[in-house]
Amino acid sequence: MTAYACVGQPLPKADGIEKITGRTVYMHDFKLPGMLHGRIKFADRVSARIVSIDTSEAERVPGVRAVITAHNTPEVRFGFLKDNTALKKDRVRQYRDEIAAVAATTPEAAEEAVRKIRVVYEDLPAVFDPEEALGPDAPLVHEADPRGKPLEDNRLRLPWKVEAGDLEQGEAAAVHVAEGEYDVGWVTHCCMGTSGCVAVFDGRGDLTVYSNTQIPSLAKTDFQEALKAMGVRGRVRVVNAAIGGGFGSKLDTYAYEYIAILLAHRTRRPVKVEFDREEEFVATSPRQPARIRVRQGCDADGRLTFRHISMVLDNGAYTSWGATTPTVMMMPATSLYRVPNVRFEATCVYTNNTYCQAMRGYGTPQVTFAIETNLDELADKAGLDPYEMRLRNANEPGETTPQGFEVTTCGHRECLEAVAERLDWAGKRGQGEGGGRKRRGVGMACLLHVGGGAKIYKSDGCGTLIKMDDQGYVDVFSGSMDIGQGLDTVLRQIVAETLGIGTDRVNVIVGDTDVCPWDVGVHASRSTFVAGNAALGAARMIRDQILAFAEQLTEAPREILDLRDGQVVCQEDPSKNLPLEKLLYKAHFAKTGNTMFMASHFYEPDTRLLAGDFKGNYSGTYTWGCHGVEVEVDVDTGHVEIVRYVAAHDVGRAINPLLLKGQVYGAVLMGIGYALTEEMIFEQGRLRNANFRDYKILTARDAVPVETVIVETDDPAGPFGAKGIGEPGLVPTAPAIANAIYDAVGVRLHTLPMKPEVVLRALLDRDGGPGPA
Amino acid sequence: MDGVVVRFTVNGEAAAVRVEPDWTLLRALREGLELTGAKEGCGAGECGACTVIVDGRAVNACLFPAVEAEGAAITTIEGVAAADGSLHPLQRAFLDSGAVQCGFCTPGMVLSAKALLDRTPRPTEDEIRTALAGNLCRCTGYVQIIEAVQAAAEEMSG
Ligand code: FES
Ligand code: FES
Repeated sequence: MTAYACVGQPLPKADGIEKITGRTVYMHDFKLPGMLHGRIKFADRVSARIVSIDTSEAERVPGVRAVITAHNTPEVRFGFLKDNTALKKDRVRQYRDEIAAVAATTPEAAEEAVRKIRVVYEDLPAVFDPEEALGPDAPLVHEADPRGKPLEDNRLRLPWKVEAGDLEQGEAAAVHVAEGEYDVGWVTHCCMGTSGCVAVFDGRGDLTVYSNTQIPSLAKTDFQEALKAMGVRGRVRVVNAAIGGGFGSKLDTYAYEYIAILLAHRTRRPVKVEFDREEEFVATSPRQPARIRVRQGCDADGRLTFRHISMVLDNGAYTSWGATTPTVMMMPATSLYRVPNVRFEATCVYTNNTYCQAMRGYGTPQVTFAIETNLDELADKAGLDPYEMRLRNANEPGETTPQGFEVTTCGHRECLEAVAERLDWAGKRGQGEGGGRKRRGVGMACLLHVGGGAKIYKSDGCGTLIKMDDQGYVDVFSGSMDIGQGLDTVLRQIVAETLGIGTDRVNVIVGDTDVCPWDVGVHASRSTFVAGNAALGAARMIRDQILAFAEQLTEAPREILDLRDGQVVCQEDPSKNLPLEKLLYKAHFAKTGNTMFMASHFYEPDTRLLAGDFKGNYSGTYTWGCHGVEVEVDVDTGHVEIVRYVAAHDVGRAINPLLLKGQVYGAVLMGIGYALTEEMIFEQGRLRNANFRDYKILTARDAVPVETVIVETDDPAGPFGAKGIGEPGLVPTAPAIANAIYDAVGVRLHTLPMKPEVVLRALLDRDGGPGPA
Repeated sequence: MDGVVVRFTVNGEAAAVRVEPDWTLLRALREGLELTGAKEGCGAGECGACTVIVDGRAVNACLFPAVEAEGAAITTIEGVAAADGSLHPLQRAFLDSGAVQCGFCTPGMVLSAKALLDRTPRPTEDEIRTALAGNLCRCTGYVQIIEAVQAAAEEMSG
């Protein structure tokens, strides 16, 4: 592959110096003159009719400027199905329902006022198990849809089903079949910076929301709709503060943002609403739990003949993007490994649990846990080494999958081989059983993820504007956002490379809808690919403008001119080389010129909207990977220790290997948490572990020195060959660990997290109940 | 505002802050002195985002009563770089090792690491992990953070 000056370099993160010196302004640090503090009164019941809300005492607290409820504000509806409202009027459906809100001059006054709001409820029946919620006598979470049409049951009317080939034929051709049910619960993002925003109206009625959203453009549209509902004629600007972690949590707008808007409108003052840690746990939307059935089979040679996946997802009480995760779960379900006959169906169900959202991986960690654990079980039945089984079915470049994905580059096989070799698979597998308290085992699991955007929204595009000043400094205005992943740096590298200048000359501006073009948002591991291509397109235009001007100036033909090291380089006659600054100066000020270079480019991947039969190529390219892990299981305690971890990914091209590794390390550790320690414990809809003491994210003590393998397949559609890699690192972590546990101690685990008591219980059950250790 | 005045030195400079008796050091720093580099990630001593150094010890400023800081010498992230702005070796190493992503945990991490290196110039990996165990990071998986502390230790004592 071509070597580049900037692309491929392990550059430190561009905004790192601000962060490392404590200068960066997060929402946490952001304030405006005259700003009030907003606070929300959440429900005290999980399912109830609101009989009355008494705010009179709250209003008398000194410093309080406004107390709002659904009774004294216009109704603001939001969410994917518009089944949620900013403030609840006569019914609560989950503990995090917003009943009222206060704006006050100090956070203490706001808090005191919230405590003094009196609500009278009349309890209603509730339902917490999604399968029970599907039953004929289950209490209805919503009696009617947002248009008032009565609902008969709790099933969401969402058409998540895809089928290809002939499942019956595939069943008939199978010699071995594995079937299982896999249960995965709630986990949450745990962004270190909690959610918050500041809303402010100017004198004209225009609204600015200072936000930590991952979707500036869509949030703007959402807030604009809210203004309409409020009867306000202003326009909306969304400005981002630095984001203290995203991971999908900020992919939708939340009630707290609309509440800030309502309070700001009522008080005519800037209003900040910021969650404390407990609120962050309780009132942001976690990963969707799912009960997943997998049945798949293979022929005598271990080649897959069919796969059938069906699942029930606990949507919670309202609908956000969580309900759409099946559209992405379909991808590995139909297309991870070559399976000719596939069926996938998912049912989302309303319950009185917390409602769910997007979280890194967007459903694929859940479904990949089921597929890849089940594949190991199938290999067992077929008497095959699971590695061999995977190799036989590995995806290939150039194939079109049953769901219609056009695979261009595909390093699936290379990733498998790299993991097997690094882990000494042949030497280590099957050594675990036998005596001793601590037993080791190895396991692996693969992943397929969108690597070139995902058209699950009407447009998957991103706009970029670039302007160049006459000293050779470049401003890049991208619609995308940096949420810590390093987009700011990657765009610098892409633009600098294209213009033959140093990255220190490139400034990236994101997160202001008044300044930056449209982008669908930071999700689907799409930003390097989509925002990267948008920046590349605009930079190429500037390059063309410069070279056209240089052609005039030097009278050397365009073909032999190049931009390199801050110069226009004439390949045949170095005496004609010209420092870029000189050329830019001439272009702007000399008689020859009076021009400056700027360009804009909107990049929309050439993909198909996933809808209808859910077939077609919905990503510009696909990312492949394989993770392998060696574990040590303590059979006395059930404790699982990670001994080694190898993560191989086909990333197309590593634009910045330093930051890329950071994405992998971070994702893998989040995945290990998903596998082993993290769970939100709900009892009758109430979260019981809303703090870091009881919700266990991993610490530096648990850090795993992941061996990263970067497979570069130079994707033709990617910017400089790159694919997305933000999410993949946690997709196959849990099944790789589950499979390693099986290799070590011979028990199959079908639920997450695989905490010590779960492992121990499985060992005891297998060995016939508790006995002497 | 009533309250009491607490006097201490922050980053080598004398400071006096008027605080309420129930204020934490974190609040005194952030609101009283506008030193917002220390963050509140939990307010309960569980995440380390608020870590500052008090008399050589890394503490959770969200739990540390402001009044108890009377007479103390405090270092916050704003005081880690040299007066001329040149970065501390730890800061340089965090940057070069890719140890900063969203950056919310970074100030606390750097100060926990600094307290460690001030005390133990050549820490083992195990000592580093233990010193950072109270600082949660959701982005990095800690790998590059640990590498950064090792690199800085090497540079500073090498
Ligand atoms: S804010 Fe102090 S430990 Fe979390
Ligand atoms: S860098 Fe984001 S929490 Fe550590």
